[in-house]
Amino acid sequence: MTPPPPESELAVELRGITKRFPGTLANDAVDLSVRRGEIHALMGENGAGKSTLMSVLYGMERPDAGTIRVEGRDVTFASPSAAMAAGLGMVHQSFKLFDSLTVAENVVYAAEPRRFGLVDRAAARRRVRELAEEHGLAVDPDARVGELPVGLRQRVEILKLLHRGARTLILDEPTAVLTPAEADALFAVLKSLTAQGRTVVLVTHKLREVLEGSDRVTVLRDGRVVARLVTADTTADEIAAAMTGRAVELDRVHASGTPGEAILSVEALGTDAVHGVDLGVRAGEIVGIAGVAGNGQSELIGALAGLRPVTAGRVTLRGEDITHASAAERRAKGLAYVPEDRHAVGTAPAATVAENLAMGHHRTSLSSRGLLPPAAVRAHARALVERFGVKAATTEVPASALSGGNLQKLLIGRELAHDAPLLLVEQPTRGVDIGAIQNIHDQLIAYRDAGHAVLLVSAELSEIRGLADRVLVMYEGRVAASYTREEADERTLGLAMAGAAAPAPEAAEATD
Amino acid sequence: MFLDSDLLMSALRALTPILLAALGGALCERAGVFNIGLEGMMLLGCFTSVATSWFTGSPWLGVLAAALAAAAYSLILAVGAVTLKGDAVVLGIAMNLLAVGLTSFLLRTVFGVQGTFDDPSLQGLPLIGGFSPLAHLSWAAVAVAALLLSRHVWGLRLRGVGEAPDAAATLGVRPATYQYGVILLSGVLCGLAGAQLALGNVTLFTENMTAGRGWIAVVAVMLGRAAPLGVLLAALLFGLAEAAGFRLQGLGLPQQATDAAPYVVTLGALFLTTARRRRTPRPSGARS
Repeated sequence: MTPPPPESELAVELRGITKRFPGTLANDAVDLSVRRGEIHALMGENGAGKSTLMSVLYGMERPDAGTIRVEGRDVTFASPSAAMAAGLGMVHQSFKLFDSLTVAENVVYAAEPRRFGLVDRAAARRRVRELAEEHGLAVDPDARVGELPVGLRQRVEILKLLHRGARTLILDEPTAVLTPAEADALFAVLKSLTAQGRTVVLVTHKLREVLEGSDRVTVLRDGRVVARLVTADTTADEIAAAMTGRAVELDRVHASGTPGEAILSVEALGTDAVHGVDLGVRAGEIVGIAGVAGNGQSELIGALAGLRPVTAGRVTLRGEDITHASAAERRAKGLAYVPEDRHAVGTAPAATVAENLAMGHHRTSLSSRGLLPPAAVRAHARALVERFGVKAATTEVPASALSGGNLQKLLIGRELAHDAPLLLVEQPTRGVDIGAIQNIHDQLIAYRDAGHAVLLVSAELSEIRGLADRVLVMYEGRVAASYTREEADERTLGLAMAGAAAPAPEAAEATD
Repeated sequence: MFLDSDLLMSALRALTPILLAALGGALCERAGVFNIGLEGMMLLGCFTSVATSWFTGSPWLGVLAAALAAAAYSLILAVGAVTLKGDAVVLGIAMNLLAVGLTSFLLRTVFGVQGTFDDPSLQGLPLIGGFSPLAHLSWAAVAVAALLLSRHVWGLRLRGVGEAPDAAATLGVRPATYQYGVILLSGVLCGLAGAQLALGNVTLFTENMTAGRGWIAVVAVMLGRAAPLGVLLAALLFGLAEAAGFRLQGLGLPQQATDAAPYVVTLGALFLTTARRRRTPRPSGARS
C-alpha cells in the first residue's frame, strides 16, 4: 500500500463511522478516504450500507460514532445545506428538482442572483450557460425541467451543485436511468470535473462503469469495508467477490434454446404509445426487448398482459385471438406475467407472503368450490418459498418485510409456478443483488428449457445478451431493430437504443 | 343594455371579499397547502370588525382587529397541517364550522342579540373614489402577489416549496416557514375580506353572513389556477354573477332564485374545470 497522502489531499475522510437503526447495524466503524481529484467508487449490494454512509456524510443522518473531515477540517453537518456550504453536493437517485420551474430557476434556487430583491433572471440564464459551456453540460436554461428527458435532468442536478460551488460531488446510482451513450457522456463530464481538481464519489453497483470510470474503489458488505482497491489493478471478478463474499460468475451467456412452435404472435400492434409492432415468441425461446425506458416497452407488455387497451393489430396466444381479452382470460389461456413494479403491481405489500403467493393461483389450483382452504394456501406457499429460495421469517410475515431481491424471487416464483406456456417478464433483476440475479437468471433459463416461451424486457444489456435467443430493440414505440444473439453486441444494441439503427428488415418477419 | 357600467361597478364592489380571500387561498395553494378554511376566517373577520368598530368607533381599528383575529385563527391550520401534519381539508372544515358557532355565540354574549346586529352608530368604511379602501387594497394586492410570485426570490422559493418540499429542504429552504407565512397571510387577507363584507358592502353583522363566499373563493383559486391574475378574473366572474343577481331581482325575479346566481356559476365553473382537467391529463411528472 502507498503511504497515506497528506491530509490536504483528502477531499473527504470518514473515520469509524457507525450508524445503528433499530434491529440493524447499517455502518460498522467504516473508514473512507477520498482523494482530491479522483473518481472514487463506493460499491456494495443493497443493504450493504452505502446509502447510509452517504446520508451520514451529507448531513441527512447523524452517526452514532465516528468523525467526518472535509478538506482537512473536522465537520458535523446538521443538514444537507450545511454539507453544501462545506463544498459537498449530492445528486440523489430520485432527482430533487422542481418540474414546473425552468432549468435556470432550478439551478439558482435558494442561491439566486438578485437585482432589487427580485430574481435576476438574465443573470441566472447567463450563469447556466457559462457553467454548461465550461463543463460540457449543454441544456436550455429556459426549458421546463418536467419536459426534459432524464439525462438532461441529471445535468440540471449537476449544474445546481456546480452553481453552489460544490468541490466534491456525490452521485447515487447515476447511470440507472441512462442509455449507454448518455452514461458515457456523463463519465466524460465527471472526468473533466476531476481534471479541474473536483472530486467525485460514485455510489453504484454497476461493475462495468466502475472499471471504466473510477480511480479507486471502496467495497462495503454488511456495513463494513471489505475491500479498498485501485481500479487499474483490479478485475470485475475481484470486486464482485468482495461485494458478495463469494466467487461470482459474471455476465454468463447461457446456452441457446431450441425454439419450437409459435406461442405468441403479435401483428401490427398499436396502443397509445406503441405503433405497428410485430413480434413472435416460440416455445423454448427467450425473446429480449431492449430499449431506453419510455420507448414503449412498458406499454407493449401492458397491452399483451391485458392491462392497456389495444387500438390496432392482433395478438394470438397459441393460435387463439386474445387481442381484446381481459387479463383473467389471458391468464386462463396460458399467460403469466412478472410486472416491472413489484411493489405496486406485482405484489400486495400489506398482505402476507402466503397470500401473495396464492394470488393468481386462487382461481386455479388452490380453489376448492370457491373457497381457499388455508392449509392448501400454506402448503403452496411453503413449497414455493423453498423451491425459489425466498428468505422470509415465516410465510405469514407481510410481503413488505422482504428485501427487494427476495420479493422479486417471490414474484417470479409465483408466476413460474403457473407453468404457463408464455411468460412476460419485465426488469426481472432491477435493484436485485448480484447473488439473487444469478438465481433468477437460472430460473428463467430452466423455464425456457422446459419448453416455455419467454418475452423479456430489460434495461440491462448484459441481462438481455446473457439470456435472450433473439433481441428486439424498441425506439419511440416501434421495433427499431431485431438481432440474433450473435449479432447483439453492446455497441450495436446501444446504437439501436439511441435510434441510430439501420431499418431492420427482419423485424417484420420475426413473427414466423 | 343588461351589461352596462352600473353592473360592472356593482360587480367590482361585490368581488372584493372574494378576491381578498381567494388571493390568500392562492398563495397557500402555491405553497402546497390546500386552504378551505377561508370561509371561517372571513366570518370571524366580519364579526371582529363590527365589534371593534362599534366599541372603538373606528372602522379602521375594526379592519385591523379583523386582520389580526383571522390571522390568529389561521394558526389552527398552520399548526395542525404544517407542524402536526394533519389533514388540511378536515382542519379547514372544522375551522369553518367552528367560526359559525363562535360568531353566533359571541353575537349573543357581546351584543345580546340573535340573528343580526345593526346599529345606526356603527361606523362603516368610507368610500374613496366610489370604492372601499379595501377594494383598492385588493387590486394592489393582486399586482403585488403577481410580482412576488413570478419575480421575487421569495416567490420562487415559495413555488419550489409547493412543488417539491423535499427538494427545497435539501437546498436549505425550510418549507414550514413558507407555509406558516402564507397561511398567516391568508388569515390577514380573509380578515380584510370579512371587514369589507361587514363594514364595506353593508354595515352590520348577521350570523353566517359570509354565506359561502369563502367557498366561492376556494373555487376561484381552482378556476384561476392559483395565479393572482387568474384569481382576479375568476373573482370578477363571481362578482358579475352576484351583481346580475341583484339586477334580476329588480326585474321581478324571486329573490331565492337570484341569490342562487353565484352558486350556479360556481357549480358551472367547477364542472368546466374538472372536465378540462380530465381531457388534458398532465404529462407524468410535469405540472402545467
